[in-house]
Amino acid sequence: MKASVLLGVVAAQKSGRDVVLATRPGDGKQELIEAGSGVGNLGVDGDVLADVLRVGESRTIETQDGPVFLRPYIRPPRLIVVGAVHIAQSLVPMATVAGFQVTVLDPREGFATEDRFPGAVLVREWPDQAMAALGLDGRTAIVALTHDPKIDDPALIAALESDAFYLGALGSRKTQGARRERLGEAGFTDGDLDRIHGPIGLPIGARTPEEIAVAVLAQVIGALRL
Amino acid sequence: MDQPNSRHTNADPVLAQAAEWLDEGRRIALATVTRTWGSAPRRAGSHMVIADNGDFSGSVSGGCIEGAVIQTALEVIEAGEGRTLEFGVTNEMAWEVGLACGGRVHLFVEPVV
Repeated sequence: MKASVLLGVVAAQKSGRDVVLATRPGDGKQELIEAGSGVGNLGVDGDVLADVLRVGESRTIETQDGPVFLRPYIRPPRLIVVGAVHIAQSLVPMATVAGFQVTVLDPREGFATEDRFPGAVLVREWPDQAMAALGLDGRTAIVALTHDPKIDDPALIAALESDAFYLGALGSRKTQGARRERLGEAGFTDGDLDRIHGPIGLPIGARTPEEIAVAVLAQVIGALRL
Repeated sequence: MDQPNSRHTNADPVLAQAAEWLDEGRRIALATVTRTWGSAPRRAGSHMVIADNGDFSGSVSGGCIEGAVIQTALEVIEAGEGRTLEFGVTNEMAWEVGLACGGRVHLFVEPVV
């Protein structure tokens, strides 16, 4: 591998571009292919490239000149944490370590502060405006942790209108029931609302904010991988 | 532990480490899992980077074959040419270096020059 290829992958990742590295182990020939390009020099079909990027899994394909290994480097999954609350203070660093790109959203004064979330991407706006700008897609998870319908509901509505792979909302069964009713009145069907995980998190008997963060993160990873 | 994959970048931590070592002028090799069968612990695409003094970052198994991969990486750095490796229970090396879990993996180990 040429050092320039390796540095090219790192540069693409830092700038958020999706790329595929094609390697022919037979002779060591390599090519770094940008998403959206056509046929590569190693005989890799554009459709195959698109599929590898979509699935995000490496694979080996057979070509006239022998097997070629395709390794996609795609943007990490995103986690939008709505509510810069105590649970979020554990969830944000844990999810970051697990490879998620995390954004914390809370319009309230004193919540989404640099002191409470050192180094995190913070958005201090109301979700009805901010969520649209975040470009929610099929590799985005949204967790609503404020307990406050004024903040959680618009965030969940934006999430329900997107292809987000995970939606979760903090709150007891009673809170979930009231929320379902409100969102139902807003025009969402039972099928839509079933996308919301609530009570949030895997049932591991979590009690502390830190333990709840583990349960939530585990459930998000499950939605991504299973 | 220092993590090159800080929350400020999206770079794969192993590749970020590789870039850092290159920047320091160290000679390195990159090992990549190219194929797995059965219950191999690290999926295809997993990377491990090895420096010429044996320092390494990342993993290509649950820890069963890393030692052998480091050895090959050091040879590959000297030879200047990539090499494919196979590990598994059916491999003749199985009871010396193999996967206790019963999986099988193919790797490509290449110098980064």
